[in-house]
Amino acid sequence: MTNMEKYNEAFTSTFGIGEDALENLEYQGIAAWDSVGHMQLIAALEEAFDIMFDTDDIIDLNSYQVGKQMLAKYEVEL
Amino acid sequence: MENKAFFFKRLEKYGGRTALITAQEKPVTYRELTERADRLAQEIGRRCLVFLACRNAEESVIGYAACLRNDIVPVMVSADIDAELLKNLLERYHPAFLWAPEDNGAFPGEEVYRDQHYVLRKTGLKEDYSLSGDLALLLTTSGSTGSPKLVRQTRKNIQSNTDAIIEYLNIQPEDRAITTLPMNYTYGLSILNTHLCTGARIILTDATLLEKSFWTLFRNQGATTFGGVPYTYEILKKLRFGRMQLTSLRYITQAGGKLSKELAEEFNAVCEEKGIQLIVMYGQTEATARMSWLPWKDAKRKAGSIGIAIPGGRFSLIAGSGNELLGPDEVGELVYFGDNVTPGYAESRLDLAKPDENRGELHTGDMAKRDEDGFYYIVGRKKRFLKLFGSRVNLDETENLLKKEGIENVCAGRDDRMVVFLTDPEKETAAAEFLTNRTGISRGGFVIRHIDEIPRSESGKVLYSALEID
Repeated sequence: MTNMEKYNEAFTSTFGIGEDALENLEYQGIAAWDSVGHMQLIAALEEAFDIMFDTDDIIDLNSYQVGKQMLAKYEVEL
Repeated sequence: MENKAFFFKRLEKYGGRTALITAQEKPVTYRELTERADRLAQEIGRRCLVFLACRNAEESVIGYAACLRNDIVPVMVSADIDAELLKNLLERYHPAFLWAPEDNGAFPGEEVYRDQHYVLRKTGLKEDYSLSGDLALLLTTSGSTGSPKLVRQTRKNIQSNTDAIIEYLNIQPEDRAITTLPMNYTYGLSILNTHLCTGARIILTDATLLEKSFWTLFRNQGATTFGGVPYTYEILKKLRFGRMQLTSLRYITQAGGKLSKELAEEFNAVCEEKGIQLIVMYGQTEATARMSWLPWKDAKRKAGSIGIAIPGGRFSLIAGSGNELLGPDEVGELVYFGDNVTPGYAESRLDLAKPDENRGELHTGDMAKRDEDGFYYIVGRKKRFLKLFGSRVNLDETENLLKKEGIENVCAGRDDRMVVFLTDPEKETAAAEFLTNRTGISRGGFVIRHIDEIPRSESGKVLYSALEID
């Protein structure tokens, strides 16, 4: 699986949505991405890429697009 | 209790002190709060039932103060209440008025008054019921949104619990509590009550701990305390709370479910290092809010304990036979005695005239033990046991055992059929093997189901009723 596929899967499996819903996805934009869902997403991403997010990044990761840029900081190339 | 003594009626004495800080960082003084509250109460005009759609916003607190200062009885519901549940509640309780955000069309009725973004609507529903003389407010049980059953609370309940909490937490007029819980949830409401009673400050926000705006407000306004349910602490752990710079913070509280011993120990250590206190507490809506607290000086050696009864309260443990258990480490149902024990439930408007059915004695439904130093420990809930082929299985314990194996789960079910709900389908084999090999539960005694996420109430408690067990 490519990193991009892993990244997408963290969202689709955590929130139970299709890939077509990802492009404009934001925190609290869907019922599944609430505070509980957010913690699950963070856990899924950390596991998929074997990284550990900083506090500020956990809070800042509030959309599908923002997360993409953030991963670069953790040396994950999408 | 004399009405004159009820603290809500004395709030104007704090005058120009700041009562509230809004999410936009606007201060509201006690004088402004009481004046706007009393204007709203004048529009309502008499003692009657009002649905109060709660948000952590100034208009919501004004509506609450309007009611409690003027003997009007609010039903505290979430402003985001499910439309079906609201309809059900309206049909059952026939409130005279609704105080709700202007943009929420689910609250029907004719608009008769407004204060900023909240409007007062007159329902026109028939008031074919009466309100018991000492009834002060009504809350849904445990903040969950599924049931129309309400807990009745009196002025005496609220005053006594507020006094006790202020005493043991040593709440000061300089304190600034930031909201992390909704005010239609008894724990969130008790934080509001205690700080208003003291003339302290409440920083209002509906933002969650996962939003930057929460922490910006926290730092700008110098919050000194907040409360959290166990799930809040899981989030704080994930956010590496130990590394966060929160210089104004004096103490944090925890209630709304049992903090695991591991999490309690971890936060005890982190808080000690940061020079703040963590106060673990225990309570129920049926006891107004709080029944016990664990003093910080005992936090380490008594990690996992709910502590001791609050000032003015008392616990006892009752065996299945009805006898009081006096020895250490014997497990029985936890029974609480105190002025904060509420008079009972209401299931419809006809119950609002009911007298005190509990007389200061609450059977909590929690199973507990007491150690030789008099500290109490919750070991499970009375109803969270089931029998699998004759042997008693504690669902909470089973959940915790699986959690320790790194398997996110909830356990529910009925006799001879335990259902283990997993959020990760890949953990099925591990969970099944663990249960059969390590706990001795027969493989035929349980089924494993997959759910996308664990259903939780607004306060983060697991909603077992939302799980499909058949």
